[in-house]
Formats: sequence, structure tokens, C-alpha cells
Amino acid sequence: MNRFVAESRVGAGWPTLLYKELLRFWKVSFQTIAAPVLTSLLYLLIFSHVLESRVSIYGGQVRYTAFLIPGLVMMSMLQNSFANSSSSIIQSKVTGNMIFVLLPPLSPIELFAAYVLGAMARGLVVGLGVFAVTLLFHPDLFAMPHPLWALSFALLGSAILGTLGLIAGIWADKFDQLAAFQNFIIVPLTFLSGVFYSIHSLPEFWQRLSHVNPFFYMIDGFRYGFFGLSDVPPSLSLAIVAMCALALGLIALGVLERGWKLRH
Amino acid sequence: MRAAVEALRVARRFGRVQALDGVDLTVHEGEFFGLLGPNGAGKTTLISVFAGLVIADSGTARILGHDVLSDYRAARRALGVVPQELVFDPFFTVRETLRIQAGYFGLRKIDAWIDEILAHLDLTGKADANMRSLSGGMKRRVLVGQALVHKPPVIVLDEPTAGVDVELRQSLWAFIRKLNADGHTIILTTHYLEEAEALCGRIAMLKAGRVVALDTKQNLLSRFAGLTARLVVDRIPSGWQARVLRREGPAFFIGLDRHADLEPLLAALRVEGIEIRDLALAETDLEQVFLRIMRGTSGHADSADVDAVRAP
Repeated sequence: MNRFVAESRVGAGWPTLLYKELLRFWKVSFQTIAAPVLTSLLYLLIFSHVLESRVSIYGGQVRYTAFLIPGLVMMSMLQNSFANSSSSIIQSKVTGNMIFVLLPPLSPIELFAAYVLGAMARGLVVGLGVFAVTLLFHPDLFAMPHPLWALSFALLGSAILGTLGLIAGIWADKFDQLAAFQNFIIVPLTFLSGVFYSIHSLPEFWQRLSHVNPFFYMIDGFRYGFFGLSDVPPSLSLAIVAMCALALGLIALGVLERGWKLRH
Repeated sequence: MRAAVEALRVARRFGRVQALDGVDLTVHEGEFFGLLGPNGAGKTTLISVFAGLVIADSGTARILGHDVLSDYRAARRALGVVPQELVFDPFFTVRETLRIQAGYFGLRKIDAWIDEILAHLDLTGKADANMRSLSGGMKRRVLVGQALVHKPPVIVLDEPTAGVDVELRQSLWAFIRKLNADGHTIILTTHYLEEAEALCGRIAMLKAGRVVALDTKQNLLSRFAGLTARLVVDRIPSGWQARVLRREGPAFFIGLDRHADLEPLLAALRVEGIEIRDLALAETDLEQVFLRIMRGTSGHADSADVDAVRAP
């Protein structure tokens, strides 16, 4: 190489992109971490107040508030993972500073790793925040029977949503397109996944429909880690969620490889 | 001499617009090269092909021999680009911006070099200021810094002095000249033709996605050696309209090949009884060359075309 080229190593650039992604949400943590924690807390207060005595879960083995907490933790992780990668990319595209990431020798897999790990980090931080706050209401949830199951679903779920956010951010040309993706796809899938209820309490038709929603398996498997109880076997959920993560990861890598909507 | 940058029959179409129509261009190592042309000529598209931001439909582009697609890591490491748009990341300070950009190239702990860049760009006092708080000229300088942070041997500047005040422009050029003297290859696009005339050794002119002129500055100037007469008159005598290079208010600029051509012009004005309110003569500069090339060397384009070429 030329004498000017400073010694740079292949594959050494992506940790900086990850660092930038972390710094980006950390600098506005009031909005990116504190706000979603507060929102989840409000859900918990209102829903548990209204439904605590009316809803029976797992044949009465689990109180509704306890049941609700893992759902809220997972929902906040999913939504914030999606929000992180998607908003970072759409902001960079709209303001034009995406060029700073496109000019360096970052490979598709490096871009993928940095954006998705950044998104996962935000999701996990918010999830931990929600969990910490809700423990005040239900300290006994801290004694999880299967913490590794819960962790696996937390990691895979936030990875899936971080990947979806990456794809959506690249796809969207404007903020309102991204908002539509969020409001018409992400939010319905999360709300209809059993965050607020066990799908066994649903009519037959809706139960079947829930079984084609991948978000249902993320939340059901995550909840298994807390109670040792679930609507479907956790190993089945894990297999389905892992397949989803793999498929979306391959799609995202293909998108980055082609430079779709990024390199013209 | 090695080729710093090569384009071989590079073509790119956007919808109905053929932005690049088979561009062949070689810039040698160590050159200070000018890329000129009206808006929409394809300058930025060509630069974007070199930078990997635009993928050509056909043809090959290489940076220091590295293909921009198949060997993109080496190609991008060798290239520093100052984009035309005044873009920045509002989350970060000036120093963070430069550190992060260096990190993308796998470079850590290069604060000494960052301090040097900041000093050269007169940004030392703003190192810890947020990007949002900077003036347009300062943001532009940070963009220059970002392009230099990985010490690229080839530096492309796309209209770097747009919106930068005169004093700053001088110091910026002094810095770029120093980089060129140190051996960096510089490729510059600019609207300020006097800038290209002062700085560039060789110049390519693009028009509608094609290279229409490619030569040293001296050859371009001598090829169109001649004079420009600035006349303040009510109208131009018949038979001379085609020689009008441009109009500025009441003044007409008329291209002359030599001093002897002035006499027939004055005679034509007398014959038609046109009063000369002011008259000045100037040697051909790059702007005249540019205008003549852009309207075609046949010289039959009317002044409206010339104005279209000049429109910012």
C-alpha cells in the first residue's frame, strides 16, 4: 500500500460503528431509555389494577401482575431494539451523514454486526430497566427458575427486531414510512403476541392465528424462564425464534451486500 | 507514474438521464486535477462511482489500481472524499466526529494526527463543540478533516469552497496545496473557475456525462488563446451575435481570436451607428475556455445556452 495509508486492519472498523451506535442512544438516554421504562410502568399499573382479580393465568398458578411483567419487559426490549437501528439509519439517510459509514471499508457483515448489536444493547438496557422497576412490585420474580432460557429469548428477540429495524431503516425513504412500518406491523404483532394475556384464554381462531406470529414464541419462551410454565414447549419456541433470526439475518446481509437503497 | 484514479468507459443511467456516458479518465499520482462542468454534467456521479456510493452500470473504476467493487476495502482506504453536501452527525462533537471516522478505518489512538488536522483547519478551539453549533464554513472544514483522517493518498474534494468565506478559502487551499506537495493526489470539482485555474495542473471538462476536454491548464488556455472584449452597448451588430460569450447587465462579452479582430468589430458598430459607452479587453482565462467548450467549439450557440451553462 501507499506510504500514506495509515496501518488499518481488515475488519477493525465495525467496533467503532457499534461504539457510535451506543453513544448515539446513550447521549439521549432520557428519551431512549427512561421514557420506555416509564411507559412500561404505566402499562403495568393500569393493566394490573384493572385485571389483577379478573384474569386467571395457567389455571391460577400465576398472578396476573407477575404474568404481565415478563411480557412488558420483552415488549419494551423488542420495540426499543427496532427503534434503535431503524431510527439511526433513517436519520443518517435523511440528513445525509450515512455517507460517513458508506465511505470507509466496512463490509456488509460489519455493518450488520454493528447496527444489530447496537440495537440489542439498547433493547437489553431498556429491558433491564423495566425489569428493575417492576421488581419493586413483584420482588419474587427475581428468583427465575430458568434464567438462561429467558436470556436466550431476550438476545434472539432483540436481535430479530434490531435486524428488522435495519431492514426497515434502509427501506424507508421518509420518517412516515418508517412510522407506518412500526405502527402497522411491529406494534400489532407485539400486542397480539400474548404480552397482556395467555393465548389459552383466547377463542380457538385467535389462538391459531397467534401461532403464526413469531413474536408470540419470543414472549412465551421468555416467560418460561420466569415461571417454568408456557403455552408451547420452550424448545419449540427457541427453534422457531432462532430460525426467524437466521432468515432475517440472511435477508439483511443480502440487502447490505447489494447496497440496496444505500449505494445507488 | 502510477494511476491514482482510473475510469474506463464508466456509464451510469438514472431513469431517463444518462448521468455518465462512457467516461474515460486517468489521474496520475501526485497530480492536482480539476474536474469541471456545469451542474448535471456528471461530476458528482463520477466521484460517487470512485467512492463506491454509486455503482456503475458498466465500465471499471480503480483507485491506485484497486477496483472499487471487487477490491473495495483497499480502494476505499486509498480514497478520502469531501462531499458536496454539508452533512454532519448532530450527536457528536468535532473531536468525536473525527475519532469515529478514523475508527471506521480501523484506526485508534491517533489523537496527535487529529490535533494536527484541527490545527491546519483552524478548528482547535472548536474541538469539543457539538457539530450543531458550528457555522457552515466550520462544518465544511470538519468534512475536510473527516476525509483526511485516515491519511488517504488520493483526496477528492467536491465543491469544497461553496459557502466558505474568502479568508477561509485561502487557508483551506494553502492546506490542500501542502497535502499535494507532500505527495497526495488531489481531485477537485469547483464552480469557481479562477480557483481551478490557480490550483490545478490538468483539467477535465465534463458535459452531459462525457469528457469533452482533457488537457493541461496551459494547453487549454493556449488552445483558446485570444481576448475577450467587454462592451457596454445597446445592441450587438448583426453578424456578431454568435461571438457573444455572455451578458452581464448592459455589458456584452465578445470572444476575439486576436487584437486585429477588434477593428472589424468597431467598424461594424460604426456602420450600424451603435454608441460604445464602455470598452475593455482581457486575456482569455479558464472561464472563457470553459464557456467556449461548453457551448461547443463551433461557436454557434446563442447566449441563452451560455447563460444556462453558467447558472448555478
